[in-house]
Amino acid sequence: MNTFSTRIRWAAAAALLLAACAPAAAPTSAPVPTAEPQIIEVTRVVAGTPEVQVITATPPPAAPAETFRVAIVMPSSTTDMAFSQSMYEGLLAVQREMGGEGAMEIAYSEGMFSVPDAAAALRDYASQGYDLVIAHGSQYGTSLAQLAPEFPETSFAWGTALDTFQAQGVTNVFAYQAEAQQGGYVLGTIAALMSESGVIGISGPVEAGDAKLYVDGFKFGAESAKAGTKVNVSYTGSFSDVSLMAAAAETHVAAGADMLTGSSQSVVGAIGVAKDQGAYWFGTQWEQTFLAPEAVVASQVYDWTGIIKDMIASHQAGVLGGKSYTLTFKNGGLVIA
Amino acid sequence: MSELFTLPVLLGILYSGIRLATPYLYAAIGETFAQRSGVYNLGVEGIMLMGAYTAFYVASISGDLWLGLGAAAGVGAMLGLLMAFVSVTLRAEQGISGIGLHLFGLGLSTLLFKTTLGGVTSISGFQPVRIPFLADIPLLGDALFNHNLLVYVAFLLVPVANWVINDTTLGLKIRAVGQNPAAADSLGVSVGKIRYLTVTVGGVFAGIAGASLSIALINLFQENMTNGQGFIAVALVYFGGWRPWGVLGGAMLFSLVNALQLWIQVAGIELESDIAVMLPYLLTIVALAVAVRRAQQPAALSKPFERGEA
Repeated sequence: MNTFSTRIRWAAAAALLLAACAPAAAPTSAPVPTAEPQIIEVTRVVAGTPEVQVITATPPPAAPAETFRVAIVMPSSTTDMAFSQSMYEGLLAVQREMGGEGAMEIAYSEGMFSVPDAAAALRDYASQGYDLVIAHGSQYGTSLAQLAPEFPETSFAWGTALDTFQAQGVTNVFAYQAEAQQGGYVLGTIAALMSESGVIGISGPVEAGDAKLYVDGFKFGAESAKAGTKVNVSYTGSFSDVSLMAAAAETHVAAGADMLTGSSQSVVGAIGVAKDQGAYWFGTQWEQTFLAPEAVVASQVYDWTGIIKDMIASHQAGVLGGKSYTLTFKNGGLVIA
Repeated sequence: MSELFTLPVLLGILYSGIRLATPYLYAAIGETFAQRSGVYNLGVEGIMLMGAYTAFYVASISGDLWLGLGAAAGVGAMLGLLMAFVSVTLRAEQGISGIGLHLFGLGLSTLLFKTTLGGVTSISGFQPVRIPFLADIPLLGDALFNHNLLVYVAFLLVPVANWVINDTTLGLKIRAVGQNPAAADSLGVSVGKIRYLTVTVGGVFAGIAGASLSIALINLFQENMTNGQGFIAVALVYFGGWRPWGVLGGAMLFSLVNALQLWIQVAGIELESDIAVMLPYLLTIVALAVAVRRAQQPAALSKPFERGEA
């Protein structure tokens, strides 16, 4: 099942025997026989055998029970108060539940706005033998569809999306989507009822994915809740342009909006504007109250823990992909905070 | 369309445009000094990030915005000195070392942000200062004269920089060093000293440009918050033909069109958002192609000077 762990064992044994101290190169360039050929023979047999039992039957080194290894590549940072943080905190919660770092290892690469960089990182993680490699961004989909078939023993996951690439014959990819329009609708309703000016400003990042779902849901909710509510929508064209997001929020306020919302990690700029200009803010993806308690009315929070747990359980049961998940209010994946 | 061209909207565009232009002005005016002396500093973005982080961190720890601003200027000066050392003393390829400085500033500011702040927080930055009498001018007063201090200083910097470069002995030396360093050197002007000075001054302004974002305009720090503004500032120097007034024109054109496209979207005018966000870049390129002369490019730009070589 896990060639990486056997390689690690081989590497550890070889390192011990050779008394060499360059283990970092070992996992990716395992079979370089220079000495002790009989050991290498053993590991080759083990590595080529897909049966888990055979591996554990070999003389076990000091390592305890199998650690589940998860790697994630995300566009922004683990502290972005939005999309990336929601998934990272979800992983941490599952890790705590499983019994800490011994039971589940988390490796992450953040700030991967560049898709080629992200693709390289995904490949690295896969070749290092991680059990589950998460590509946390819809922009990574194409790269993942090419990568996944090369690592048939690794589970991959990506989102927000629903396509597991089964049509292309890929079987080891999970997909996850946040039905962000649900929370958008609820928050939009609240905003419309709270608004005194009757104008609501929404600043989205890019017109795609869960951001678009959220924006459309919010607009629909607001317009349905109170007739005559005017909802102005703008997009900055960037997930990361804090400055332009702030300017967009200022523009909304100048256009008469007293209720603001927006999506992506760049909204921190807009929340500041809401606070300074006395407008109210509705958050999504992560709990944003902390940034401006007086201005943030409520946030829709993504809780990925259920999905992560199911992906891990599936992987352990031998199902490496093919499922697509959605976060909804009904399944507890969406929470209003 | 008529919804867009009402007076309040036009004034709103002007107000937003002025705010958006502020960091570009600091960074691009600083870069103008460096380039007029013949040094091409592509690391502005990295210095801006370090300036933004430093200003925010120092201001939030000490509660003193001025201290934060000073610290950002200081960090900018140090990074400017570093760039000068690499490009003047070591005579390294300037484009490459600038990219290195950018990545250094990006990485270090992110690391420091993670270790010292952990996550995004906000502070109360420089507040708007209404300029008496001027702010009471009908219509334009509020849009032009109700900004925070760093905005005014950015615009005042333009005539000051123009005066220094064109009307002072120092400016003459800067231009000479950028145009013909060998001749300047033979007349006793220290090419190295002048270039160290201009690149360091450029660093100070880039640091303040970052601070203007983190403690005056947006009032928070997030990793990579400049999002490419430093590179646009370098482009604005070219756009402005290495003249401060030209830089002002470029910065205002870019920022006003950016403010305009936001209004186009907010006002609900039928235009794909993808096209709207392209507008500032598109118009800047068009203006660059049609209107801007390259006549004033310093002849020795990006060429390291070595005595007796040229």
